Amino acid sequence: MGAQIRVYRQKIASTTSMGKIFKAMELIATSRIGKARARVSASLPYANAITRAVTAVASQSEIDHPLTTEPESIRRAAVLVMTSDRGLAGSYSASVLKQAEHLVELLREEGKDVKTYLVGRKAQAYFEFRGRDYAKVWTGGTDAPEFETARELGQVLLKDFADDFEVGGVDEIHVVYTQFKSMVVQEPTVIRLLPLEVVEQEEETPADELLPLYEYEPEPEQVLDALLPRYIESRIFNAMLQAAASELAARQRAMKTAGDNANELIKKYTRLRNNARQAEVTQELSEIVAGADALNG
Amino acid sequence: MAELQVEIVAADHFVWSGAAKLVKGRSSEGEIGILPGHSPMLAVLAAGDMEIDPVSGSRFTVQVDGGFFSVDANRVVIVADNAVMAESAPAGTR
Repeated sequence: MGAQIRVYRQKIASTTSMGKIFKAMELIATSRIGKARARVSASLPYANAITRAVTAVASQSEIDHPLTTEPESIRRAAVLVMTSDRGLAGSYSASVLKQAEHLVELLREEGKDVKTYLVGRKAQAYFEFRGRDYAKVWTGGTDAPEFETARELGQVLLKDFADDFEVGGVDEIHVVYTQFKSMVVQEPTVIRLLPLEVVEQEEETPADELLPLYEYEPEPEQVLDALLPRYIESRIFNAMLQAAASELAARQRAMKTAGDNANELIKKYTRLRNNARQAEVTQELSEIVAGADALNG
Repeated sequence: MAELQVEIVAADHFVWSGAAKLVKGRSSEGEIGILPGHSPMLAVLAAGDMEIDPVSGSRFTVQVDGGFFSVDANRVVIVADNAVMAESAPAGTR
């Protein structure tokens, strides 16, 4: 009997301490979300300016730039998967990986080879556990991405894109990341980075609709040469920032649920412990009464 | 007099915006000065200092390391990979 009370006490103690950890992680995630969201919006002016310029160049000048023209046949596609470094974020990494699996399957059905690039230790672990190949992985700092990482990623992808198929080059590049829509909605999303589909940003004001006829300095080709890598980098960076904000939001939610569940468990175990203690008291009492009755009798 | 609406953005943050009388910068072809009414253009920016003469306040420089800038309808957008403002710069409008 006494053993059971002890077991419940231990469970309550360990659940309490876990609950404290969940609470702390929830608070940390909450405090970082604000910063992550601020970084997403801080990167927007740059992304918007670049998108506008690329759109202007691509729509007005009839130039064949390797980055904007669709290759005749797509034989190999690169897929960049953005997950988190650490777990305890609910289904955050799992849903991105699921989305990536879908995409890879789809690409394979179309008869394309797939080359995978990973961001985050969770994706690395997922691929290594299943013994799958991946071209390269970037880990560290998924919850606070640096522009340098985005630049490096962009350079690697662009180089692959420029390479021929025979030496391992790719004909198209997809990115799978989690789009941060709001604090409660984050959606795993696939975008095709290259060949470029120049899309206007949604928040463009109506006054901006008329794109000016630009003069170029030096030549349109060189301007595109300089613009497109930056465009790619800024798209990747924006995806990374959104993924980071989503990761933190997912973690906050997961930790909130875990903390709530811990409190539920503590309540349940406390009741069971009280029950057990009461049962013990009752039993002792009835033993004493029975003993006294036996003596008196 | 017409004035230029200048916006300077770096990769991960907004740097400065405000009204200016003159923007002087270096494109890959050489120095270029932009006054109000300049025809639309898109140019590759060379690393170096840009000079901005704001409507209110004194002239200041911004150190940029590559990027590009666009001019259209008196709106100048300077998109730099990284931009460092000189300390004497007056506060922007945003």
